[in-house]
Order: sequence, then structure tokens, then C-alpha cells
Amino acid sequence: MVHGEVWTIKELFTYPNEYIYWSIQIVMYPFMTGLVAGAFVLSSLYHVFGVKQLKGMARFALVFSFALLFAAPMPIVLHLQHPFRGINIFMTPHFTSAIAAFGIVFSTYGAIVASELWFIYRKHFVEIALPLKTKQDKTLFEWFKYLVFCALTLGVYDISEESLKRDEKAIKILAGLGIPVACFLHGYAGFIFGSVKANALWMTPLMPVIFIMSAVVSGIALCMLTYIVVMEIRKFLASRKKTVYTHLQTREEIGGVEINVIRMTAKYLLLFLIFAISLELLDLIFRGYTAVKSWDVLRSVIYGKDFTNIFILQYAIGNLIPFILFLMPGFTIRRAVVGVILVLFGVFMMRWNVVIGGQAFSLTFLGYMHYHLPIIPHNWETFKEGLGGALSIFIMPFVLFWIFSKIFPVFDYKESH
Amino acid sequence: MKNHVFRPLFVVIGLVGIVLIARLFIVPKDFGVWERGYMYGWHRKSNEEDWKAVKVKYQFNNEYCKDCHGDKYDSLIQSPHAIIKCENCHGPVLEHPLNPAKLQIDRSRQQCLRCHSYLPYPTSGRANIKGIDPGKHNPDIECSMCHNPHKPNLGALSGGK
Amino acid sequence: MITRRDLLKYTIKGIAGLAVPIAALEIVNPNKIFAGKNDKSKTRWVFLVDTYKCVGCGFCVKACKNENEIPYDANVTRTWVERYVVTKDGELFADTPKGARDGFTTSKIDLGAGKYQDIKKEEISKAFFVPKLCNQCENPPCVQVCPVGATYQVPDGVVLVDRKTCIGCGYCIMACPYGVRFFHPVHHTAEKCNFCYHRITKGMKTACVEACPFGARQIGNIKDPDDPVTKIIKTERVGILKEEFGTKPQVYYIGLDKEVR
Repeated sequence: MVHGEVWTIKELFTYPNEYIYWSIQIVMYPFMTGLVAGAFVLSSLYHVFGVKQLKGMARFALVFSFALLFAAPMPIVLHLQHPFRGINIFMTPHFTSAIAAFGIVFSTYGAIVASELWFIYRKHFVEIALPLKTKQDKTLFEWFKYLVFCALTLGVYDISEESLKRDEKAIKILAGLGIPVACFLHGYAGFIFGSVKANALWMTPLMPVIFIMSAVVSGIALCMLTYIVVMEIRKFLASRKKTVYTHLQTREEIGGVEINVIRMTAKYLLLFLIFAISLELLDLIFRGYTAVKSWDVLRSVIYGKDFTNIFILQYAIGNLIPFILFLMPGFTIRRAVVGVILVLFGVFMMRWNVVIGGQAFSLTFLGYMHYHLPIIPHNWETFKEGLGGALSIFIMPFVLFWIFSKIFPVFDYKESH
Repeated sequence: MKNHVFRPLFVVIGLVGIVLIARLFIVPKDFGVWERGYMYGWHRKSNEEDWKAVKVKYQFNNEYCKDCHGDKYDSLIQSPHAIIKCENCHGPVLEHPLNPAKLQIDRSRQQCLRCHSYLPYPTSGRANIKGIDPGKHNPDIECSMCHNPHKPNLGALSGGK
Repeated sequence: MITRRDLLKYTIKGIAGLAVPIAALEIVNPNKIFAGKNDKSKTRWVFLVDTYKCVGCGFCVKACKNENEIPYDANVTRTWVERYVVTKDGELFADTPKGARDGFTTSKIDLGAGKYQDIKKEEISKAFFVPKLCNQCENPPCVQVCPVGATYQVPDGVVLVDRKTCIGCGYCIMACPYGVRFFHPVHHTAEKCNFCYHRITKGMKTACVEACPFGARQIGNIKDPDDPVTKIIKTERVGILKEEFGTKPQVYYIGLDKEVR
């Protein structure tokens, strides 16, 4: 069977080779890179612009962004017909292609996040490595831990007041540098679609900007969600007095900090959500007003076949309802959770409507293609480009975050100042 | 103590170096910018030869068939079917008669109906071809039961009706 | 005194310093980049389709699939034939069942999803067939977007795909406005019509040109003024497909209708 034939149903006149070649993993890909970029921008709001209220969120968001960073290229790998040749993007890059340039931007961005993390946690690494160095009779695990943290210090054991000041400066510069690169990274994901002139729905210069805005929205939303979950777990543990943290001891203290951070972050979420919706509506209105050759088929897709996906699932449930939830007086954590989940869903649907919606009509402008997500896999292909593959990708950053939080303690690490 | 701030930068430079060195070993020597420039000519040169070396299957030269199948050839060139190449029905010749010794002949109704199923399209070339309604015209038998594809004697058949 | 740290540092610097001039310059050589399109090739393959002559027999598609080893029953093809039927009410019907591999043997239009519609002779105002294949564009958008240099254009204008380099991302498939690209069911790499490159470089004609009994398809060299195809393109009224994309397609059509997509 031809790739794409399993999940594509063709209607009316389509070219014989047309199938939905870019399926669920290409929906996941901008969704995940969006989360990376958004999480980073959130953490930079504190480091660069000194938004003090976001302090509690900043370090958390950065580590989470790092975890997401490793998950972001995975959809592409699962999507490729020859995943092991993916390295060719670095070996023989063709920079006239947005995907090749993406490889470079992505690596640069990864380097910036990793460096920033190093500066933030350098003191922590040294504090772990030094006592282990002098310790006699190390167990096998301690040897392993010692070697890992030694490597992480990159050979620098100087944690004097002066050197830590330098770290602070470096963090600020990196965070500042990171914002344009993060936007560039996700702008590029938008450019990959926006520059495909053959696709009437994708081709608009607004695409990268729309992608950046919705990326920040989704990144903030995911950080809020994870933050709430982690804080709730800590509240639970604190109430049982099982763990003693260095600060924030009681349930009330944790809860008080939590609602403040969430309230503040929600404001930024709304701000970017407004930008995102305005741009999307501008795009839609502009297409309808100019009504070029492709408008007939686009209209039939947007207002007809994809109406539920676009106007009900994306705009109403994913944008409008959370908007109301956040703006209604008497903000609570529970409402924040509902709102944030809906926002994440809305951004996912936006990616879906761009990627799948862009392939819902034929290049002939006379036919349609319907996508049926493979739910029960019956071979490797329908797993990796089906529900199973998408869920694996979605779970991955949470697992990575759990692993990374062993190395980069997100909460109970004492401030250097 | 020198400034430690550039330590991550050294790591990055090291990684870039590793990638660049890996390129030397992994990228084929003939990979580069060729005649059409970087935009359209960035490729592995020897792949052009790979494509040129693809095996030719169809000769599409009726003279090739003439030596052994002279009778069929003579009959065909005098008929309206002279415009059809032998291999359209007999399949790609490859190295026949060595390999394969016998060609797969397409005798299906479908093969004849490609042209002779009547379609009411006055503005296309199809209108100039004699056609039948495949559902009504002896639907159960092969065309070659009555018609000789090498000498489609329509006149004789209709005269005998 | 060289410490371990310094040694490491110098080693890294040294490696990077060595690697940059050797390898980095190989990626971006300005001379080669700006060499651009000053092609001195004596050949530029072009294609000419006479839609008046096409009867929709599909012999071209059958021959193409066999010649280029595209699995015969796979629902993808390097070349195909489309049928357009315009009714007297001005309604347009078009289809290409199985890419017309078995020709058009019924007047029922394939509406997809297992539905068919018959159009009576009296209702038809015009109907015709249009063969399609890769346009071997002068500005191929599919080549522009390939991230790894797996697809490229040779100086004689044909766009080829390197099956050993292609990573199978599908970006080229998305970038082609003509829908000629697909994934090869066996090699799992991007696949497209290449004017039977193994035949034309041996002085033969493409399989589809040879298989066509009616002369609806012709291949020629636009740089050769004596080539019959060149003469027709230069002197007669010919059309191209989807010129609005700026791809400069090199498959020319005689009798192209506004309804052709």
C-alpha cells in the first residue's frame, strides 16, 4: 500500500498521487516546538524583563523547555520514511529549504538553553560533586553520580561570589539572546508551511507570526498546567508532613504562592492569546475579501467540511471558553486548570487545522481528501503515524522532565542570592 | 583563574567540530554544488549515472520483432493497428528471446476497450475511433475470438452479418 | 605547565580550527553558489502534449509503470491521463481512475469514495483528455525545499531524486503544485517522472512517447532549432500549466482548456 493511502479518503477530482502525506506527526511537530519556544519565552520574562512575580515559574519553565527540546524533533523522526537518514540534514544541509535551516536554528537554540541551565545550576553541580570527591568508599551509584556531576561542571569548581555574579550576567545575556532565537525557531516552523506556494491554505506571510503567537500561548499554558500539578503534589505531601522542604513548609504557604504565580502567568497567556486570535482572524478576513482563485475551495473547507474543527473545537472551545474562564472574577486554581487544558487543546486544533486542513483539498481545487487518524495500529506505520505515536510524543517531555529534575532541582534549590 | 563564562561556548565549538569532521567521513566525495548552482544543483554527482544506468525494458521498435515474427509484422503494418507498438500488448521485450523466452501477452477485453469502448466525446480524438458498448457487445468473450488484433477485419465481419 | 583543562581546551580549539577550513567551506562555496545558472549544456529536454490527439487509452501510463518499476497495482504513478467533461449547463466533471492505467472504458465519471456518475451524450458540450507528467520546471520548487540535496536538476533540465540520500520527509511532495511526486512504495523515497532519463540519455524516446499510438506525446530538445518539437513550440500557440506559481514548467500543451487543472 502506498504511504498515506491508509488514512486518506479521496472525494471528487484529485490527482492520482495526492494523499495526506503530512499526517498526525506533522501536527505534533509544530505543537511541540511551539511548547518549547513558549516555555522559554515565559522563563525569559523573568530573567530579561525582570517580571518578579514570575520568579517561581522561570526556573521551572526553563527546565521544562529543555525537556521539551528533546521531544520536539521526535515527531519528524517518526514521520520520516528513512528516519536513520535524518542526520543528512546536518551532513548535507540545503539551506534553501526551511527544514535544513531549521536544523541549525534548533541546535543553536538547544545550545543556548543548555548553557543557560548550566549557569543557573553550576553552583548546584559543584556542591554535589565536591563532597562526593572527598568521600571515601563510594558506592557504585555514588561513583556514577560523581562522574555525571563532575562532567556537568565542565571542570569549573569556582563558586565564589564574584564568579556567581558573572553567571547572573551570562544568564541575562543568554535569556535575552534566547528570545529572538526561540521566536526564530518557531517562526521557522511557521515558515515551513507559509512558504509552500503550492498550498493555497498555507501560503501566507502571516503564518510564522501566527505560529509564534500561538506557540507562546501553548508554552505558557503547558507550564501553568505542569506547575499546578507539581504544586498540588507538593501541597499533598506537605499536608502529610512526609517531606520537609527548605522553604515553603505549610500547605497554605504553597497554595498562596501558587495562586499568585498562576494569576500573573494567566495575564501573559491572555495577552498572547489575543494576538494569536487577531492574526488568525485577519488572515481569514483577508482571504475572504481578496477571494483569489483558491478561495472557492478554501471557503468550502473552512466553512463547510472543517467547520466543526475550526469554529467549534478551535475557536469556541479552545479560545473563547478559556478566555471567559480567565476573565471572570473570582479566579481559582481549579478554573485555571480547565482553562489551560482547553487552551492547549485549542492550540493543538489550530495546528491540526493548518496541517490537515491544508491537505483537505486537492491541488485541482475540485476535490477533497479526508483524514482518518489510525487509532488501532495494525503495523508499525499506523502506530507511529497514528494515535499511539502522537501520544508517545506527548508523554515524552513529561518523562524527560522527571529525569531532568533529578539533575536540575526545580524547586527545593536555595537561591544563590 | 581564567574566566569560566566561555566554557559552554567551547563545548559548542567542540560539537560543531565533531559534526564537521563527521561530514568528512559520511558525506560522499562527489557531493557538492554542480552545474545548476546551490539552489538546484546541490547533489551527489554519481547519482546521475545511477539513473542513466537504469535498465531499458521496452524497445518500442517493431523492426526488432520483424526478424522472427515477420508474418505478424507484415499483417500489422497493413492494418489500422500499425500505429500500435508490438510491446503495448506483448509486454516489454527486455532481452527476449533469451530472457524471458516467452512474453506475457495481454489479451484482455480491457486492453481493446482502452480505445474501442465508445465514449460520446465529440471534441476529442476518441470520436474518430470505432467503438462499442462493452456491456452489450458480446460481453462474455474475448475480443480476439472474432477479431484478429494484427488484422482487424471489421469489413469482413460486418459484411458476414 | 599544561593542566588537563588547558590540554582539553587546546585540543578542542585545534580540532575546530582544523575542521572549519576543510569542511565548513565545502558547505558554502561562494564561487560555486554564484556560478548559478550559466549553463552551457547543449540540451534542454522539453515535452509537448497535443490534447486533441489523446484518446485516453492509457498505454502511456501502463508503459511508464513497467519501464520505471513503479508497482503496477500501487495507486501512484509518474504519469497519468485526466478526463474533463463539461456539460451544457457549464458543470465540470473530471477524473483519472487509477491514473488511467487501464484507460477510460466507461462514460461514468469516478467521483471518488466509490461513487460514479454517468453523463449522457446529449448533456455533453465538450469532453477531452489531458496527459500529465512532471513539468521539469526551470525553477523547480520541489528542489528548492529539499533539506538534504536529495533532489536536484541536471543541466539538461531533468529533475532527479537520489534514492540513497532522500530522507523521506515529503516536503518536495508538498511543494509541487502539479502533484507529480509521491513516495515509492518499495524504496520509500520521493519518486517522480524523470522523462525516462535512462532512455533519453541513450538517444531513445521516453516510454510514454513511444507507447502512444496517436502521437499525442512528444519529447524534444528546445535548444536544438531543428527539433520538430522546438519548431512547434516556437511557431504555434501552446500553453503551460499553472504559470501563476512562477515555476516555468517545460511541458507544453496544444489545445489547453481553461478548465484544465
